Amino acid sequence: MSILIYTESEGGKLKKTAFELASYASAIATQQGSSVTAVAINANDAEELGNYGVHKVLTVSDDSLNNFSAKKYASIIQQTAEKESASLVIVGSGSNDKFLAPILSAKLNAALVPNVVELPESISPLKVKRTAFTNKAFAMTEVDTEKAIIALSKNSFGLKENSTAVTSESFSPSIPEDASSVTSTDKVSGKVAIADAEIVVSGGRGLKGPENWNLIENLAEVLGAATACSKPVSDMGWRPHSEHVGQTGKPVASNLYIAVGISGAIQHLAGVNSSKVKVVINNDADAPFFKAADYGIVGDAFEVVPKLTEKLKEFKANNA
Amino acid sequence: MKILVCISHVPDTTSKINFTDGDTKFDTNGVQFVINPNDEFGLTRAMWFKEKQGASVTIVNVGGPETEPTLRKALAIGADEAIRINATPTDGFFVAKELAKVVSEGNYDLVIAGRESIDYNGGMVPGMLATFTDANFVNMCIGLEIEGTSATAIREIDGGKETISTNLPLVVGCQKGIVEEKDLRIPNMRGIMMARKKQLTVLEPSTSESHTKIASFEKPAAKGAVKLVDKDNLDELISLLHNEAKVI
Ligand SMILES: Cc1cc2nc3c(=O)[nH]c(=O)nc-3n(C[C@H](O)[C@H](O)[C@H](O)COP(=O)(O)OP(=O)(O)OC[C@H]3O[C@@H](n4cnc5c(N)ncnc54)[C@H](O)[C@@H]3O)c2cc1C
Ligand SMILES: Cc1cc2nc3c(=O)[nH]c(=O)nc-3n(C[C@H](O)[C@H](O)[C@H](O)COP(=O)(O)OP(=O)(O)OC[C@H]3O[C@@H](n4cnc5c(N)ncnc54)[C@H](O)[C@@H]3O)c2cc1C
Repeated sequence: MSILIYTESEGGKLKKTAFELASYASAIATQQGSSVTAVAINANDAEELGNYGVHKVLTVSDDSLNNFSAKKYASIIQQTAEKESASLVIVGSGSNDKFLAPILSAKLNAALVPNVVELPESISPLKVKRTAFTNKAFAMTEVDTEKAIIALSKNSFGLKENSTAVTSESFSPSIPEDASSVTSTDKVSGKVAIADAEIVVSGGRGLKGPENWNLIENLAEVLGAATACSKPVSDMGWRPHSEHVGQTGKPVASNLYIAVGISGAIQHLAGVNSSKVKVVINNDADAPFFKAADYGIVGDAFEVVPKLTEKLKEFKANNA
Repeated sequence: MKILVCISHVPDTTSKINFTDGDTKFDTNGVQFVINPNDEFGLTRAMWFKEKQGASVTIVNVGGPETEPTLRKALAIGADEAIRINATPTDGFFVAKELAKVVSEGNYDLVIAGRESIDYNGGMVPGMLATFTDANFVNMCIGLEIEGTSATAIREIDGGKETISTNLPLVVGCQKGIVEEKDLRIPNMRGIMMARKKQLTVLEPSTSESHTKIASFEKPAAKGAVKLVDKDNLDELISLLHNEAKVI
């Protein structure tokens, strides 16, 4: 059995998720006594995949592929899968992966298992766990086709270094026409909306006044997070009503919710409880929020938050 | 323009998720079903095409008779007619195969589907359907304009958006943004009355092929106690958030 991974790059550099896919594929290959091949499009650093257990890299370089095209990319992955006789193709969960994966599935006649969060329980037949019902459940999915595509959820496996002798080969696929073309790209660097945010940083009355909101904004900025607040904070006009979260405000269902100087009243919690991971920073160890949180720091926000922001900056710089 | 809107019938977002039959089946007991939210945005966009540019809007669902109230609701919002493929789908591949047949036979110019269903979260039906019917495809569509046979679509990408120029026939996987929350329509009495008289065609499935099955379901483990981190050891918090919680 041969495993193929599609490793995404941006501006010539592999994305972090590429190394997570490599780590995941390598763990399967080790169990199965097989090898991992990666296909990378317009990436200049594809050999680095060898640090995460990839044996062979197929590099495709073509200026006509600088703009993402799901149709072209899916076709290239299909061609490499056929060339390598891959029975398992692994892709990520970014917006481009989500665009190309179903096309690839239809072209390869390979089952697509999305939102995968663990290593397969068995390989033949392929049985693997994925999320369902918007993270309210897991579904052990069994594949009936000979070939399969696993779309791995971001951050579900992590990076595992595994230095491997890697060979690199350039590959020139035939590139199909695509009637769709990207005419402009617009990357937003401004504010993140609460509903769309992976991470929300929220402030309460414990921050004492609107003049202190730079604490919240700076922390949110390093995390690429949206900013939010408790009801009294918006009622007092410290923050706009659009930031009020809770039972009578906006619901929050982010991956990470960081509550600073918020007591954790039931009406507040009702609206934010569906966030996956909750962190609370409060100087009162008895604040009710600690019972609803995953991680907590008992401390003064004015001391803790700036320090945390600095440390996260360093962390981000090292993990970009 | 002939528009087909794909409607997935899903549990309301507030539903309690439970399983029966030894955790192999979703327990529908007491569950309220609704139009998949992404599809509701798509349906509203279809209504705008109909009202502003002239179009016929057909809705389709692959599902058993229990999905008919959901289809009637979509008709009450303003779709012209409905098709139900009478089958209990097992995966997105099966659904896409069945829909492909409807699309080919009906010669639709534009197929509007949701980016993802909120039940099985497959995110696969629209892309497969586009490929099976040889149509252009835009996923995560948050804006769509059509003039003649040309289309301009806006797609959400990681960290922003891009504009795509393409042609009909087209399939889009849409989400909030193609219209806004405030644009969504609640069926009124007249709509509900009219919906009763609209055509709802039931067709039998043409295949029984699927790619996957679900062996069992499982619920996430109950939340444990809070982990307290010392305020002078913030590296530990970052490490926990990164390695254990995997959220940064
Ligand atoms: C019908 C109804 C609906 C409501 N809906 C909502 C809603 O949707 N959303 C909402 O948020 N609330 C809602 N509330 C209000 C809710 O009951 C609480 O009053 C409110 O959430 C409290 O906001 P808070 O946590 O910011 O303030 P407080 O309860 O005053 O808490 C401030 C916290 O900050 C901590 N603190 C103080 N100084 C510091 C410091 N230096 N460092 C760190 N921590 C510090 C304190 O220990 C305290 O825990 C509703 C109430 C009712 C009756
Ligand atoms: C009683 C019952 C039991 C089911 N059991 C299972 C099961 O065990 N496993 C399973 O995978 N599925 C099951 N389904 C089907 C499921 O509801 C989905 O239709 C199907 O799995 C596709 O989901 P997806 O998440 O891959 O769709 P996605 O690809 O995420 O859906 C994207 C879009 O495709 C369109 N679409 C999706 N499904 C349909 C549909 N059925 N009809 C019309 N348009 C659609 C919608 O526009 C939707 O927004 C069952 C359905 C019923 C009625």
